[in-house]
Amino acid sequence: MSAPVDLNIDHVAKLARIALTPEERAQFARQLGDVLASIEQLKRVDVSGVEPTAHAFPVSNVWAEDVPQPSLSAEAALRNAPAQRDHMVVVPKVVE
Amino acid sequence: MADELIFKPVAELAALLDAKKISAVELTQAVVARTQAVEPQVRAFNSFDQADALAQAAASDARRSAGQGRGPLDGIPVGIKDVISVAGQPLTASSKMLANFVSPYDATVTEKLRNAGAVVWGRLNLDEFAMGSSTENSAFGATRNPWDLTRVPGGSSGGSAAALAAGEAIATLGSDTGGSIRQPAALCGVVGLKPTYGLVSRYGLIAFASSLDQIGPFARTVEDAAIVLGAIAGHDERDSTSFKTEIPDYRTELKQRNGPWRIGIPKEYFGAGLDPEVAAAVEKAIAFYRAQGCEIKQVSLPHTEHGVSVYYIIATAECSSNLSRYDGIRYGHRAKQAKDVVDLYFQSRAEGFGPEVKRRIILGTYVLSSGYYDAYYLRAQKVRTLIRQDFLNAFREVDVLLTPTSPTPAFKAGEKADPLAMYLCDIYTIGVNLAGLPGVSVPCGFSSGGLPIGLQLIGQPFKEAELLAIAHAYEQAHNWKDRHPTL
Repeated sequence: MSAPVDLNIDHVAKLARIALTPEERAQFARQLGDVLASIEQLKRVDVSGVEPTAHAFPVSNVWAEDVPQPSLSAEAALRNAPAQRDHMVVVPKVVE
Repeated sequence: MADELIFKPVAELAALLDAKKISAVELTQAVVARTQAVEPQVRAFNSFDQADALAQAAASDARRSAGQGRGPLDGIPVGIKDVISVAGQPLTASSKMLANFVSPYDATVTEKLRNAGAVVWGRLNLDEFAMGSSTENSAFGATRNPWDLTRVPGGSSGGSAAALAAGEAIATLGSDTGGSIRQPAALCGVVGLKPTYGLVSRYGLIAFASSLDQIGPFARTVEDAAIVLGAIAGHDERDSTSFKTEIPDYRTELKQRNGPWRIGIPKEYFGAGLDPEVAAAVEKAIAFYRAQGCEIKQVSLPHTEHGVSVYYIIATAECSSNLSRYDGIRYGHRAKQAKDVVDLYFQSRAEGFGPEVKRRIILGTYVLSSGYYDAYYLRAQKVRTLIRQDFLNAFREVDVLLTPTSPTPAFKAGEKADPLAMYLCDIYTIGVNLAGLPGVSVPCGFSSGGLPIGLQLIGQPFKEAELLAIAHAYEQAHNWKDRHPTL
């Protein structure tokens, strides 16, 4: 397991698409360093030959009949959109 | 009369409603009046709509008068944690990100409560996006513990626990990802049940960590928890992880199952860090079961010490993925000042999320990132397997496990400023989520300072009927549930 000093807070915040203030950056780096140092204990566990668990009760291939159901109107679906026009969500320009 | 009503369990109120001794409107009015009186001190609700609640109550009275009552929950005000959708009402997750969001539809559990006739009542405060153990991480202000207003109610479902303890609802719903129902139930002196993963639909629940999240009831009594569970459990096509299983009549089963049971005491749950008064209260409960003829057996869950680490890798990994949907585009907070669409993501998330949510998203992003995935996430999933096997091994020898719910009674607001100290609050509750098991917290005494103490019983998958019967046996022989906080 990698050492906690490996946490490059700027890189990870960029992957997470969160802009951090300089104060947050310093505080989170320190706090997450502590958390990662504590998590280091997992290195001691012998996991050879152990299968990973993603779900306690794995269910797979759950199908539903492909039939139309009543659904939200366009107005209701867009009710929470920050900006909209003509039944579409308005976003900043992405193509010049 | 009104004060007496608000602290009565569902089972008693249902009898009064059926006998026409009270009406659902009177009961709802009593709950509304109590809420208005104590909310300035407790702050358990993010929002409530009394006109809507009274209209639901009037409809319930009309059904009963017409001989079309829907059972024990008909006309009972049930509070909802503000991560569960209630059509036409706000849904905030106690986050600035969703400050103006209105639910377009009912969650399955909300729909099921309505079908049972319940009065869907208010949206209850929580730690932002259910991330926390004290309900201090709410964008709209902290909830306080009704037993001592200088202390926290626990979390993340602190509003659900505090509202019930303070008489602001007759039962409530919460969600539990690492202890978020059981720990606040213990700290507020009420019953809190986290069902088996997959027993209750998550459709309409704001996702935090999808392999761990489960909705469950808070109630004054185990019987009430059984009534609410019976109403909300069951397979739902809209949640592909919901399980197809027979739903028994939990309330009837409570009275039919009498033990004696084989009760396991995991030694790892009684080590350093456990408050001596909590330990003493739990020991007394063990002595009670022994005196009832139950076999008490010490068992070992050897990977317990790794639970918190595994949890904070898996839960944050899942949250970093689930919360990527909050990008300021289709719904939620959108930053006003952004250079372009990518900057809009960065700024909207920076402005919309509080510090704990940002910390967890960053941690989760890190453990999933290239070069670290195997070392953290994959390893945590493997240790999760070992933790789950520990429980399944123990259940070869015993029917149920008995532990403290929380290492301490309610702590002071502001006391745990360090995230790691807060994470350790969940040390006894996290294993249940990782293994997908049902767990219930039941009041088992008070500290010398008058703070409630909770006992946790952990059951086998989908054996809620037995789990609740064992909890009921203890509760019936004690009168902890008859004490209420003075506000």
